[in-house]
Amino acid sequence: MAILRWRPGTFGWHRDPFAEVESLHREMSRLMDSLSGAWRGVTAAGVFPALNVSEDRDNLYVRAELPGVSAKDLDISVQDDNLVIKGERRIAAESKGVSYHRREREAGTFQRIISLPTRVDGGKVTAVCKNGVLTVTLPKAAEAKPRQIAVTTG
Amino acid sequence: MTEMELQLRGKQELKGKEQTKPGPVFVPSVDIFETEQEITLLADMPGVASDRVSIDLNEDQLTLTGDVEAQGAEKERVLLREYETGRFQRSFTVSDRIDQGKITASMSDGVLRLVLPKAEKAKPRRIEVKVG
Repeated sequence: MAILRWRPGTFGWHRDPFAEVESLHREMSRLMDSLSGAWRGVTAAGVFPALNVSEDRDNLYVRAELPGVSAKDLDISVQDDNLVIKGERRIAAESKGVSYHRREREAGTFQRIISLPTRVDGGKVTAVCKNGVLTVTLPKAAEAKPRQIAVTTG
Repeated sequence: MTEMELQLRGKQELKGKEQTKPGPVFVPSVDIFETEQEITLLADMPGVASDRVSIDLNEDQLTLTGDVEAQGAEKERVLLREYETGRFQRSFTVSDRIDQGKITASMSDGVLRLVLPKAEKAKPRRIEVKVG
């Protein structure tokens, strides 16, 4: 049974009865956050593959790490404002009579749909898969590029 | 065979070992299997070109290191960053049954394939048992 320290007004109705519980809850969440502080960066969405999206003035870039996936195993398409990356990672079967010591790599299908923050020119999208890294370059649509407006004194 | 959807497993960082160059170091996933002739090792190292891999065999310690070329995002504004890039490194202890002069390595689509042929005396030799 918990022993509550008696303070003036502990059982009074002018004092919020949940204040103690709330401050305990806040302490606990602060403790949990500091424990998971070993994580670097943003938590991934939990879907394979992990994506890095960046942009410059003219293009949008989407990158993914797909080791062992070659261009023919990938299916990339742009629909409206979404980029769809689909594919399959295969692991070649080895000759018979092998005995495995470790089996850490996984094979299977994957699909990721990412909504794009700006309009892109669907006809000019290019994708390169090199050394297991996929880079999709999406040129921004002309109307989405920032347009400079000249300021005149007058 | 049913198709399996791949689950995301975040890249594991190598902890505890300090490198001479700063930057994150990740542990590549490997498959290791052996036949009677050789031991084969497959390591996932995306972003590593074949000339950026170094394989060191020191006594019985095999160390794989892969350097990643920058994924070109320095001048760009990052909108979403779900993974970090950095070099890959993993060490293994191999028994001295390997013929060290005949190790071959090849790199394709970010996957390193390392073949370690077993030394002659390590290949299992069947001994015939004669009745008599």
